[in-house]
Amino acid sequence: MVLRVSDLSVARGGLRILEAVSFELAPGAALLLRGPNGIGKTTLLRTIMGLQPALSGQIDAPADSLAYAGHLDGVKPTLSVTENLRFWASIFGGGDVERALELFDLQALRDRAGGQLSAGQKRRLGLARLAVTGRTTWLLDEPTVSLDADARALFERAVTEHLKAGGAVMAATHLDLNLEAAQTLDMAQFKAKDTLTDTFDEAFL
Amino acid sequence: MKALLLRDLRLAIRAGGGFGLALAFFLIVVVLVPLSVGPSSDRLSTIAPGILWLGALLACLLSLDRIFALDREDGSLDLLATSPMPMEAVAMIKSLAHWITTGLPLILAAPLFAVMLNLPMHGMGALFVSLLLGTPALSVIGTFGSALTVGLKRGGLLLSLLVLPLYVPTLIFGAEMARRAADGQDFQTPMLMLAGITCGTIALLPFASAAVLRANLR
Repeated sequence: MVLRVSDLSVARGGLRILEAVSFELAPGAALLLRGPNGIGKTTLLRTIMGLQPALSGQIDAPADSLAYAGHLDGVKPTLSVTENLRFWASIFGGGDVERALELFDLQALRDRAGGQLSAGQKRRLGLARLAVTGRTTWLLDEPTVSLDADARALFERAVTEHLKAGGAVMAATHLDLNLEAAQTLDMAQFKAKDTLTDTFDEAFL
Repeated sequence: MKALLLRDLRLAIRAGGGFGLALAFFLIVVVLVPLSVGPSSDRLSTIAPGILWLGALLACLLSLDRIFALDREDGSLDLLATSPMPMEAVAMIKSLAHWITTGLPLILAAPLFAVMLNLPMHGMGALFVSLLLGTPALSVIGTFGSALTVGLKRGGLLLSLLVLPLYVPTLIFGAEMARRAADGQDFQTPMLMLAGITCGTIALLPFASAAVLRANLR
């Protein structure tokens, strides 16, 4: 078990949006979150990452096992592709930068400054960062945005490889990913019935 | 931690990083003061310690909003928050990087600028030491202010208003130490107060900065 979420309620802007979210993620499993805009996919991922507190419920994961890739890639415009990756590798304790460059076909761009990359290239660099973190569970928020068909195939290959190595992936996405054994979790079933939270201060904190 | 420090220094030095901004501002203040108050060397040497301290403080203030805002905009702050590094360490390193790129150049340039304001020679050492003791507090307090306003777009005005009162004790004792030395008086008391303020802020504020960063990331 790499991630277990039980009876989780999450809030955004002081309003409860999801409740009783429960699921488990086993090594080698991929879970795709589905649901309309605003249902709370991003909020759920951020809550699991610990970026915001849960209203109630339990999140169990081994220490230092989660890696997050959100809407923004954290790419510094004045650092080169390799410098960007090397920085994250050393923050997370030294992953293989060359391997990550190869996985996302970034070798030709290695000395290009981050600010000169196209949106799709930047996204590939953001995803390559996951490979240098050395973490087992990847939480991805719309990972395929601005990727072309080739880049999406690269991403699917990287994820498949990660799953084979015993990792797990949880992704919020509107597009179908070509992954074997990917399960889908429809968020609409967890939509909160009563949106008011009892912690009034939440909106201000 | 070293990686974050090196990255921040590299970002500051590269194009658009703002390195030298504080120094240029400090230079402008020092060059313009004799033009505005007149070239009388007596008057200049009387106000020199205060002007130098005020210039250094305002120069420091100028670059504060960059400390966290850029990392927030490109998503790096979220990623740092989910990295193995504690937020306290992130705040500490950010302060250190800010001090190295802003405070340190000011300290090194201050004796040169002091000559332009006709500060008495025997006051040079104390001015240098007062800036050395005081500017780390400016960076640490500024990091706290920057963390408080990180979620706001164009939060520069609020940041200045929040940080200025916190800067007052450092300014009072720093400028007092430099002034007493320039007048040939004993300056041990303001020096100890200044050192105490700096030690206190370094010990406490990274924890406060980390706490408000966590709240602001929600």
